[in-house]
Amino acid sequence: MNQKRVILEGSHFMNGDIACAEGAIAAGCRFFAGYPITPATEIAEHLAQRMLEVGGIYVQMEDEIASMAAVIGASYAGLKAMTATSGPGFSLMQENIGLAVMTEAPCVIVDVMRGGPSTGQPTLPGQQDVMQAKWGSHGDYEIIALAPSSVQEMFNLTIEAFNLSETYRVPAIVLADEVVGHMWEKVAIPPAQKIKIVNRKKANAPSEAYAPFMPDDDLVPPMACFGEGYSFHATGLTHDEHGYPQTSSSEVQQKLVKRLCDKIRKNADKIVRVEEVLLSDADIVVVAYGIVARAALSAVRKARAEGIKAGLLRPITLWPFPENHVAKIAQQTKAIVVPEMNCGQLVREVERAAKETPVTFLSKLGEEPHTPMEIFEAIRRNS
Amino acid sequence: MAKKIEIIIGGSGGQGVVLAGQILGRALAYEGKNVLQTQSYGAEARGSLARSEVIISDDKIGFPAVRKCDILVAMNHEALNAYLNQLKDDGILIIDETNVRETPKTKVKVYKIPITETCRKMFGEATYANMMMLGALTKITKLVSSKTMEKAIREVVPTKTLNANLKAFEKGQELI
Repeated sequence: MNQKRVILEGSHFMNGDIACAEGAIAAGCRFFAGYPITPATEIAEHLAQRMLEVGGIYVQMEDEIASMAAVIGASYAGLKAMTATSGPGFSLMQENIGLAVMTEAPCVIVDVMRGGPSTGQPTLPGQQDVMQAKWGSHGDYEIIALAPSSVQEMFNLTIEAFNLSETYRVPAIVLADEVVGHMWEKVAIPPAQKIKIVNRKKANAPSEAYAPFMPDDDLVPPMACFGEGYSFHATGLTHDEHGYPQTSSSEVQQKLVKRLCDKIRKNADKIVRVEEVLLSDADIVVVAYGIVARAALSAVRKARAEGIKAGLLRPITLWPFPENHVAKIAQQTKAIVVPEMNCGQLVREVERAAKETPVTFLSKLGEEPHTPMEIFEAIRRNS
Repeated sequence: MAKKIEIIIGGSGGQGVVLAGQILGRALAYEGKNVLQTQSYGAEARGSLARSEVIISDDKIGFPAVRKCDILVAMNHEALNAYLNQLKDDGILIIDETNVRETPKTKVKVYKIPITETCRKMFGEATYANMMMLGALTKITKLVSSKTMEKAIREVVPTKTLNANLKAFEKGQELI
């Protein structure tokens, strides 16, 4: 086999999709199943070559339903596994994302958002899948979603998504957008020993005593993988700690579903990541994520230069939503502006957390992201 | 205010303007600059308008699209018409003379270069016009060294056409 370097330590010029693919390799991902789709195609294209170089597996599946199923299978076989898609494919994956939630299969799904609904605008950016990332599959569950705003973050947050997914045994979504996926920037890849890697907790009970869904104190059960000598049952049906279906017990349903939610909710403080810029004395705060946050930062700087005390709160985790951060800022500031490339999605969460503080929504659809000037005008109108 | 230089390279799909932007961006990154490159093109692979944007800044780059550019490269008449209004008054305009019917009246500094014609004479085809343009751009703007550009070209273009691409790049510098 052609032995190529696993971690491409050094300085590179990459687009976001390629950086995401390299982040996956660096995180230890050795299985990719997917169906190429604009604007996520370059992730599949790059991994088709790289997976083979690092001894991993690349499968182009017949569709996105099967892609997600293969990812769950690979995860249960012990590999770190990923798929990448955009809106239409993300919709098809939802049923099996629910299966990954229920069977607590660590995995990463990259959604490079384009304009929707349906096939929409393949080559233009959108932020329209934010609520779908949280609520797309049926039933109650919590999930993790990270929103990169640079090519460097496509690398970093893909690693982070794997680490969080392995820690909490939950699907983690990298919720990027077309601009971040396709733009080219400088990326610094650190040496392997400087990259933090988290692996899932392994089962250590003897086989006969192993209960596959018996959680530890952190509410996450240690995981045995197929082929490691444990025989157990994993199912999408409501199951007890031994993995067997209990489809008519309210007690088992309550215990299981509550734990699936609580393992994220009760650890939210450890999971949530935000970037805070100039917030300490801010009279007006822009809450923006993904590529829009970069225009927001330019707008905030311009506002400061003109004497308006503006600041930026950038949620890096969209899910769990950083509601404590927003609630705290809302108490200190006079107004909040939320620009999004959709008709109003994360703004609803901001409004919920901001309570009495007025929130202004700034929508943009169907072209380039908000310009700094558009956000600056909104800051000025509301300050 | 941090120094920021913004470039638009426009042409038709198939003229290699996207690749040219990527090579320029790559070379700038090799020289340690903060650089961001984006591209847009019509749904058809060839024939429609294509543009590549490069932003260079001393500071962290915010908004990823070019509003007003310092340097405009027009590889054909359509691109010139479409993007000239985005060029700053003190900007630089580089035109592929072969594909532009008339040069607009403008206050900016204009370089008219017969890129496609020279390329056809040298290679019998226009395929390497983008590299020739990069040669001219490098010589005119001095944004990046010719050596670093060659390194970037070597990493990006296929081995079998590398020599022709490098020759075209060199010729582009000589045309200035």
